Amino acid sequence: MENINIKINGLDVCAPAGSTILDAAHIAGIKIPTLCFLKEINEIGACRMCIVEVKGARNLVAACVHPITEGMEVLTNTPVLIDSRKRTLELLLSNHDKKCLSCVRSGQCELQELCQELGVEDENYFAGVSPEYELDDSAPHMIRDNNKCILCRRCTAVCEKVQSVGVIGPNNRGFTTFIGSPFDMGLGNTSCVACGQCITACPTGALYEKDFTDDVLAAIADKSKHVIVQPAPSVRAALGEEFGYPMGTDVEGKMASALRRIGFDRVFDTDFSADLTIMEEAHEFLDRVQNGGVLPLMTSCSPGWIKYCEHYYPDQLEHLSSCKSPQQMFGAISKTYYAQKMGLDPEDIVCVSVMPCTAKKFEIDRDDQNAAGVPDVDISITTRELARLIRKLGIDFRSLPDERFDDPLGESTGAGVIFGATGGVMEAALRTAVETLTGEELANVEFQEIRGTQGIKEAVYNVAGMNVKVAVASGLSNARNIMDKIRNGEADYHFVEIMCCPGGCVNGGGQPQVHADVRNYEDIKAARAKALYDNDKAKSIRKSHENPSIRKLYEEFLGEPGSEKAHHILHTSYVKRSIN
Amino acid sequence: MLEQIYYDKADEIIASHGSSQASLIPIIQDIQTEYRYLPSELLSYVAEKLGINEAKAYSVATFYENFSFEPKGKYIIKICDGTACHVRKSIPILEKLYSELKLSEEKSTTEDMMFTLETVSCLGACGLAPVLTVNDKVYPAMTPDAAVELIHELKGV
Repeated sequence: MENINIKINGLDVCAPAGSTILDAAHIAGIKIPTLCFLKEINEIGACRMCIVEVKGARNLVAACVHPITEGMEVLTNTPVLIDSRKRTLELLLSNHDKKCLSCVRSGQCELQELCQELGVEDENYFAGVSPEYELDDSAPHMIRDNNKCILCRRCTAVCEKVQSVGVIGPNNRGFTTFIGSPFDMGLGNTSCVACGQCITACPTGALYEKDFTDDVLAAIADKSKHVIVQPAPSVRAALGEEFGYPMGTDVEGKMASALRRIGFDRVFDTDFSADLTIMEEAHEFLDRVQNGGVLPLMTSCSPGWIKYCEHYYPDQLEHLSSCKSPQQMFGAISKTYYAQKMGLDPEDIVCVSVMPCTAKKFEIDRDDQNAAGVPDVDISITTRELARLIRKLGIDFRSLPDERFDDPLGESTGAGVIFGATGGVMEAALRTAVETLTGEELANVEFQEIRGTQGIKEAVYNVAGMNVKVAVASGLSNARNIMDKIRNGEADYHFVEIMCCPGGCVNGGGQPQVHADVRNYEDIKAARAKALYDNDKAKSIRKSHENPSIRKLYEEFLGEPGSEKAHHILHTSYVKRSIN
Repeated sequence: MLEQIYYDKADEIIASHGSSQASLIPIIQDIQTEYRYLPSELLSYVAEKLGINEAKAYSVATFYENFSFEPKGKYIIKICDGTACHVRKSIPILEKLYSELKLSEEKSTTEDMMFTLETVSCLGACGLAPVLTVNDKVYPAMTPDAAVELIHELKGV
């Protein structure tokens, strides 16, 4: 590609043609502050934080959208610019609810950080009329507080472009503009899929998950309850970021240790039930292939994807695997098999999940998710909530020893841990399905073709003389692409994995928020996924069907994969929903 | 849910403009002209037909002051309160009509659906100030009494 030479702050910078000033500055290691800009998602040049001086230009230009031209001379830090940025922040603060002390984002807020960096001295400089918005708490998973919204449009852009959902937009005009659902119906009444990607895109405390950490503490304090916890695979790949570890650090051991110190009676692992999911789903796949069932089979681990399919493709539900998600399978087994083993009444078990996901809060209240007559899972918290809980209890995360999960629901294989990355469920299922079909041990358990962070991946594997065509998609706009092909009869896949969030659960809506200036130029998805693949590689057992605790579970309790008992406990059903 | 006839009319209007996304505004303008307001059900219906998210269609409709989700009266009276009309005493006309029609800033349409009373920023007829329009017909150099007389005429009293 052609390169263009420009000068930034007097330094010679060479950047590919088509780059913006912001891109070129990034190449040169010069930071220009941004606020509304999300690369390839929200490139609207609206907030005016990234303004720079360009020699010969009549006005200050927005670096995030202004393309470079040969010989361009750019200044990024003149007193005029710093003053203008400061003024912009003061104007944003004029109607901002500045309750920073009690704000969930305090200390991690992009607006707050910019105010500190640029030295805003008087947050009330332009104080004037400030509309009061009611909180939108109609959705099961999150709250919108428009009093803290700065109208950057990052949430609406992610919802529409990345997730192809588009249930929020800017309503009204001028000073009365606010972001919300159409006709003020409340997010909970729209076809929002609860993915929480809007929360991870939000620069301020305007969007946050419903916090259930106090419920967790209350359950632990109740001595009549046996409180158990299951963290999902991707939590270990991201929790460390909340405590200063570099992106992609696997903190599995410290996480187990922290959960024990929080006071859970048993610290188990959703990786265990990920292995269990593979047993059931691989069986379901082979059954559909061998007995002429509906193909492609589509994975059902991601509750945001399930809700999306129910709203937008209600005519395609028969493709969905009837398997509950690993979170729900764990809950179901804990209140049947484990309760029986421990001589506990399922009513007295409180099953807490820690998820990279906000849709899991929606999932625990779904119908047909109560194998023992009580909800499979009682409380679902996000990775962010777990970090909050650890801080609230004064646990010094960084100095914790590495500990192991408890038995029997804490034992897992490498197949379970890769569930958190796009393609991981497919790979785990193939490890089991191929060995079951061929009856031979796999020479190589790594299916590289379906690894990586691309939105859509396809591969064909020859298994026992049959060509198995698989597809893997993450991010709902990619899911839509695949679903349209399937609906129109243009796809001949046998097995499809879909994850709601781009890159899979590692980049889920419940994961630590990453500031836009980092997220624009670093591959969060790849860094966190690598932690999971490394975890897998280091495991001595890497195939779900070889997990000793899973084998024991079938021997002692479930019988065979797909048995009537397994169906009753581990499988579920779906409903048709409409688009609102 | 509106009666079927509304959706038939919307189909007719959509057909006259073509169902491209760019036709959203002309289509909802025509619907508003037809019913003197934009029934929210029809906005959703049009959005679906054009393949636009409901949220986006609602954003567009609420961006423009002109679109109203509330039914309006048979006669839409717009009192100009631009600078010229304001200094030539448009507010007393507005207040007189509020009391004559038993309306207020919050309640802009009469119970019998005959009159809707609105203010506008400038009608561009400053030389005729103060002006008001009734269904787009301009009435120049108004006074509170002349406005009341106009209401009586429209009522056919």
